[in-house]
Amino acid sequence: MTTVAMKPPVPAAGRISKKKSSPGGGIGRYLLIRFLLIFPTIFILVSMVFWLMRTTGDPITAALGGKLGPDQLAVLIHDAGYDRPIIIQYFEYLGQVFTGNFGTTISTNRPVSEVLFTYGSATAELVFYALIVAFIVGIPLGMVAAYWRDKAPDAFLRVFAILCYATPVFFAGLLLKLVFAVWLKALPVAGRATVGSELQMQFLPDKTGIYLIDSIKTGDPAVLGDVLLHAVLPALALGLLTAGVFLRLVRTNVIGTLGTDYVNAARSRGVNEFRLVSKHAYRPALIPIITVIGLQVALLLGGAVLTETTFEWKGLGFMLIEFIKARDFVAVQGIVALLAVIVALSNFIVDIIAALIDPRVRY
Amino acid sequence: MTMLAETTHAPKAPLWTRLPVVHQLRQSVGLQRGMLVVGLVITGIFILTAIFAPLLAPYGFSQLRDENGTFGAQQSPGGAHLLGTTVGGYDVLSRVIWGSQTAITVMVIAVVLSIFAGVALGLVSGYFGGWLDRGLVVICDAVYAFPALLLAIVMGIVISGGRSGLWGGIFAAAISITVVFIPQYFRVIRAETVRIKAEAYVESARVLGASNGRIMFRHVLRNATRTLPLIFTLNASEALLTLAGLGFIGFGIEPSSAAEWGYDLNKSLSDVTSGIWWTSLFPGLAIVLVVLGITLVGESLNDLADPRLRSRRAPGKTAGVVAASSVVAGGILSAGPGGIEGLEPDAPAVTPHPNDDPFEAK
Repeated sequence: MTTVAMKPPVPAAGRISKKKSSPGGGIGRYLLIRFLLIFPTIFILVSMVFWLMRTTGDPITAALGGKLGPDQLAVLIHDAGYDRPIIIQYFEYLGQVFTGNFGTTISTNRPVSEVLFTYGSATAELVFYALIVAFIVGIPLGMVAAYWRDKAPDAFLRVFAILCYATPVFFAGLLLKLVFAVWLKALPVAGRATVGSELQMQFLPDKTGIYLIDSIKTGDPAVLGDVLLHAVLPALALGLLTAGVFLRLVRTNVIGTLGTDYVNAARSRGVNEFRLVSKHAYRPALIPIITVIGLQVALLLGGAVLTETTFEWKGLGFMLIEFIKARDFVAVQGIVALLAVIVALSNFIVDIIAALIDPRVRY
Repeated sequence: MTMLAETTHAPKAPLWTRLPVVHQLRQSVGLQRGMLVVGLVITGIFILTAIFAPLLAPYGFSQLRDENGTFGAQQSPGGAHLLGTTVGGYDVLSRVIWGSQTAITVMVIAVVLSIFAGVALGLVSGYFGGWLDRGLVVICDAVYAFPALLLAIVMGIVISGGRSGLWGGIFAAAISITVVFIPQYFRVIRAETVRIKAEAYVESARVLGASNGRIMFRHVLRNATRTLPLIFTLNASEALLTLAGLGFIGFGIEPSSAAEWGYDLNKSLSDVTSGIWWTSLFPGLAIVLVVLGITLVGESLNDLADPRLRSRRAPGKTAGVVAASSVVAGGILSAGPGGIEGLEPDAPAVTPHPNDDPFEAK
C-alpha cells in the first residue's frame, strides 16, 4: 500500500537530480560534499568560541585572579603559554582540537577530554530518553490534530503544543518535581540513581557511563528500575519541549499530504481512515520531520543544559554551569567546542538520512 | 491578474483596517480568530503590566522591609504578601510584576538589534553576492545550527563576565540573544534580496543609473521585508525564553538591580524540594503566559499568511479572501478584509482553490 504512496514522486525526482548534478553525481558525490561541509562549520564555531572567550583575557587570570598574587599568576600564565601572541595560541588550539585534545581544566586540573567523556555519556543518555518521549508524544498527537483539523482535538492539541514550547524546560522540570517527587513522592527528586545503585555500577569491569547499559550489566533488576525511575522526570521535561515541535511539524505536513490526490484515491478504494493517516499521509510527511530532528539536536542540547541543572543530572550541561561558576574557561571552551562538533555531526547524519529517503534533496 | 488591476483602482479600505494586526484580525475566522484574540489580550496585559509596574506592584523589586519590619523569607501566600515571599525575603508578586519590565526591555532591544544587523548583512550579502556572500552564508549557517543558549552563554561571559547590574545585565542578555537571531533575519532577507534582484524593476532602476545604495534601500529592501513581522513575533518569545534560561543558569541580573523571572526560578530550585511552591510557580507562570501570548499572535499571523494553513470562511462568504491575503502586514493589494467582494460589488465571485497561492498570480 505504501509503495503506491511513495512511488510516483521518486522517478520524476530522480530525473531532476540527475539533470542538476554534473556527471558522476549521485549519492556518493552528495555524501562527500556534505561530509566536507562539516569542517568549515566546526572550524567556524570553534574559532568563534576561541576568539570570543579570549577577548575576556587569559583563562588563568579569569579563574584564579583574586586568589593568587600577580607574580604567581605571571608564572602560571607563562607556563601555560598564554603570554605568547594570540595568533600562535589560536593555531595551536586548532591543532589540539583536531587531535581531540581540548586542554586541561584549571579548576580541577583534569584533561578536558576526560571530563567530556565522563559526563558526555550522561547527556547522551538524557537526550536519548527525551527523544523517545518526544516521538511517542509528538508524532501520534500531530496526526490526530491534522486529521481533526480545526476541530476541538486540533484546537486543544495546538494549544498544548504551544504550551510545550512556551514552558521553559526548567520550569516544566520544577513543576514535575514538585508534583511527582515532592507531593506524590512517586519519583526521585534529582540525580541519575541512588547512591547504592551508583556504587554497584561503579565496580563494573567495563562500565560505559551510560547508566541504562551499566544497570543492565549489573544484572540487578532493582538497579535498572532505580535508574529508569530517575530518568522519568528529566526525560519528560526535556522531551515535552521537543514533543511540541514534532506535533506541530507532523500536523502541518500531514495536513499538506492529506489533501493530495493519492490520499483521495486511497480513500475511494476504501482504505480505512486510520491507515490513511498513519501510513499514506504520514510517510511522505516524514522527510521534513527528519530534517527538523537535525535542528532539534541543537535545541535538545541547549535544553539539556537547563534540565541537567534542574535535576542535578551530572552531565555536560551540569558541569558546564559548574565550570562557569568556577570561571574555568578552558573547560567551558572545551565543552562548547565538543557540542559544536556533535551538532555538526548530527546535522550531517540527518542530511544523509534525508537524502537516502528523498532523492530530490541530493545536490 | 485581473484582481490586481481592479483593486488598484478601488477606493482604499479605511486606514485602521489596514493596520498590521487589525487587518489579520478581520481576516481571521473561528478558532484562528479565537487564538489571535487570546494572544493579543495576553500580550496587551503583559505590555500594560510592564508600563504600569510601579503602580501595580505593592512593593519595590528589591524591597526587603516596610514599616512593619522585614518581610521574612519564604512566607506562604496571603496577608500582606499575596503570593508569599522568596528565599531572599523579596515579595513574590512585586518581583513578578517588575519582571515584566526587564523582560520587555530585553525583548525589544534584542529584536531591534538583530533586525538591524541581520537585515543589513542579508541585504549586502544577497545584493553583491560573490565571496562575501558565501562566507557570510556559511558563518550564519554554522551559528544557526549551534544551540542558542550555549552561544548566549558564551556571549554573556564575553560581555559581562557573568553577573552584572541593571543596564549591563540587560544589554548582555539582549546582545547575547541578538547574536543568536541575526542568522534568521540574514537568511530571510538574503533569500528575498536574491529573488528581487532579478526582478525587472531593479534592472530598470540600474539602467536609469540609480546607485547601488539607492537600489538596495529603495527597491530591494522595501520589497524584502514582508516576512519580518512574523519572525519578529516568533523571536520575541524566543528572546524571553533565552533571557529566562540565562537567568536560570546564573547569568542573571542582580536582584537589587532588577527583577528577572529566570533568576527567581533559579533561586527557588531548592525551595521546591522542601515543598515551597509559590516561589517557583508564579515567575514560571509569568514566563509561560507571556511566551504563550506572543506565540499565539505570531502563530496566527503565520497561519493567516499561509493560504494552506488558513481556516476558510463558509463558501458563500469566501470569495476573494485568498487574493486579499498576504505576508505583508497591512496587505499588498490594499484590498479589504473581504477581498474584492468587500470593495467592488460587481466583481465576479472568485471561489478560491484550497491550494491557491496568491504569489503565483504574479
